[in-house]
Amino acid sequence: MGDLLDHYEADSAWDEMFDEAGRPRSAYTVLHQALQTLSEEDFGTRCAARDRAFRDQGITFSLSGEERPFPLDLVPRVIPAGEWSVIEQGVAQRVRALEMFLSDVYSEGQILADGVIPRSLVTTATQFRRPVVGIHPANGVRVHVAGVDLVRGGDGRFYVLEDNLRTPSGISYVIENRRTMARVFPELFTSHRVRQVDSYPARLLEALRAAAPEGVADPTVVVLTPGVHNSAYFEHTFLAGQMGVELVEGRDLVCRENVVFMRSTEGDQRVDVVYRRIDDDYLDPLHFRSNSLIGCPGIVNAARFGNVTIANAMGNGVADDKLVYTYVPDMISYYLHEEPLLPNVGTYRLEDTDQLHYALERLDQLVFKPVDGSGGHGLVIGPAAGEEELARTRDALLSDSRGWVAQEVVQLSTSPTHVGGGLQPRHIDLRPFAVNDGERVWVAPGGLTRVALPEGSLVVNSSQGGGSKDTWVLAPSGSRPARPAEAVHVYVADRPPSPPPDPGPANQAQQQQQEEEVEGPC
Amino acid sequence: MLSRIAESLYWVGRYVERAEDTARILDVHIHHLLEDASVEEDVACRALLGVMGITDASDPVDINRVTERLAFDASNGTSIRGALVAARENARGAQESLSSELWECLNSTYNSLPSQVERAARAGPHAFFSFVKERSAMILGLTEATLSRDDGWRFVVLGRSLERIDMTTRLLMACFGEPCGPSEWVTTLRSCGAHEAFLRTYRRPANASSVAEFLLLDRLFPRSAFHALGVAEECLAALEPRSGRAGLEGKARNILGRARTQLEFRSVGELIAELPRHLDQLQAACAQAGEAVALRFFHHTKAIEWSLEEAVGHT
Repeated sequence: MGDLLDHYEADSAWDEMFDEAGRPRSAYTVLHQALQTLSEEDFGTRCAARDRAFRDQGITFSLSGEERPFPLDLVPRVIPAGEWSVIEQGVAQRVRALEMFLSDVYSEGQILADGVIPRSLVTTATQFRRPVVGIHPANGVRVHVAGVDLVRGGDGRFYVLEDNLRTPSGISYVIENRRTMARVFPELFTSHRVRQVDSYPARLLEALRAAAPEGVADPTVVVLTPGVHNSAYFEHTFLAGQMGVELVEGRDLVCRENVVFMRSTEGDQRVDVVYRRIDDDYLDPLHFRSNSLIGCPGIVNAARFGNVTIANAMGNGVADDKLVYTYVPDMISYYLHEEPLLPNVGTYRLEDTDQLHYALERLDQLVFKPVDGSGGHGLVIGPAAGEEELARTRDALLSDSRGWVAQEVVQLSTSPTHVGGGLQPRHIDLRPFAVNDGERVWVAPGGLTRVALPEGSLVVNSSQGGGSKDTWVLAPSGSRPARPAEAVHVYVADRPPSPPPDPGPANQAQQQQQEEEVEGPC
Repeated sequence: MLSRIAESLYWVGRYVERAEDTARILDVHIHHLLEDASVEEDVACRALLGVMGITDASDPVDINRVTERLAFDASNGTSIRGALVAARENARGAQESLSSELWECLNSTYNSLPSQVERAARAGPHAFFSFVKERSAMILGLTEATLSRDDGWRFVVLGRSLERIDMTTRLLMACFGEPCGPSEWVTTLRSCGAHEAFLRTYRRPANASSVAEFLLLDRLFPRSAFHALGVAEECLAALEPRSGRAGLEGKARNILGRARTQLEFRSVGELIAELPRHLDQLQAACAQAGEAVALRFFHHTKAIEWSLEEAVGHT
């Protein structure tokens, strides 16, 4: 009998594993039983195996100069099929609406003309890129990849915290977490029907190929990375490797007459699609930051000429601006004539003086976010902040009310997490990943569940000591997921089984006699 | 060199390759089975056993049973453990023709089998498969680094290549015996350690014909049937140099050369259209080549047992 859950006490937040009465929720019953049979010592053995696996594969991140194995918590997070279908549809719906919004604001701006979203909001957004106006992506897609951050509130519903439409990262950890879990805890999988996540790179490649400039039959796709010193470099090599495409740095690319080439041993080779993991700011020194050394001069013009597709498209940041975020429900009804399936977290627009004053009065109860930030940079959590920080935030809000939004604190749900000598509740979020190939938006069944490891903390970013969990989306019970149809090949059902392999020579009789023949000093 | 030694070296090559390939196949398939909710465990497990020519009467067959039979069963020459025991047994009788480093590596692999099997019971089978893959990589490395390129080395390489063709063929048979989706093709490629090489070559997701093309016909990938056939042929060519001006004398070389040309001059479309037949032929060619090698080089003298009764009977 295990002792892992002996001291587990859920706090007031929604707990993923236990209901209010402390009974395991139905999706967790099997997992709960399995955990009960494990002792702290067994669990420790698995943890050691996990660390070794990550370290050997080089899946590490550096925390204050030290290489550490990627922090995967071994208790998975389980999402039942019903809940997943809401998330899946909700995320896809959002991506479709945001896609339409981007294509609108970078062309006619109908939504602005109709007054649904104030024109000034878009034109004052720092991430609105004028050079992009008039670029029409080949298959109409600007958001090839999206990561939508979700949290589960105290009522058990999922809320959207923010959209990431620029270079959302984390999918490599989703896939590696799953692989490592299957190796370290194989027996947990046998009693669950968990949906697979590893088709993501293939889907992404399909979407990137579909986005190639018109008339290119066999497009050359590359992944553009800032380089080995980037904190997400592992993900860049992972995706390039899993897609079988070249991973390039800015210096490997060259533009001539508005065509992008990569320098190879066989001469310059034309590039059709660039999946870039570099910010807009650094992408092209001719258009954006002129001191950028990691970009490719001329790539923006090449894109304007339709000679190369940049994915995700430039200027997407205008749609994941935190203030624009507050209008996403309006976009969904404006463009799609649908009700939003996933609600936003209550957010205050500080440009409105009433809302600003309301927020200023409740500095210590709200969360403040810079509108153009990503990855948790610049975030101020009111209840956790000190006097000094709050004072600084007040000044910042007053001097730049367009630059900030205020949000209600969401009591993130908790999940049993291995800390110290047992399992304790820790707060988690969820980032599902969507791929848009122009035909449909596909959401990978899973996602990155991030864990805030310090007790009570609500900050899940790995740069701030966050961990992660393998996210199990369960297949609908009773039905197996449909097999993908691929009727290319012949197949013979009643083949005789293969003959057994050649057993090799056997010399038992001789062996016996060799043993009988005793040699040696008598 | 002595026929007996040659035979042992040949079987060292075969058994080590068999252990490695089986470990690769199991490692990938077991985790695929665990991770993919849409796979029928019983069907997939039977297919896996079928690869090694085992039909299991028990019902249903589960992962544990498959790992037991194909990985840990010491009494069975087709299991990983059995193959490694047999490889070491063959090496023991040919120690003086191997380098001591190679012998030591084979022997220490054998020695640590019980503890590795025990560890797998605690830490999951993946630990065991990694161990096997690591050790076989070491054995292969020592073969390349410490053996002269003489006939002894050639017999090791010949055995390894024939086994490799045989295993690749088996794997493909299992895959094409069932309707497969993209994730099965990835699994097939992974089992041959070929997924990344494949992606770098084709730069697009796997499908039936590209996987068949890569694993059967690719000229550069060392685990493709075509490549392994070529290596085996080279070994045989060096083992029995051509004597006359026309034709070939070596029967094994003849068989392999024909099998290679059967693949080489066919388009993928033609291969796919009749894949089961081609795979059967390839496997038959492997078996025949094995027999021909034994006949030509190993000169089996059946241990002669003098029997008094029979002698009396003839008079």
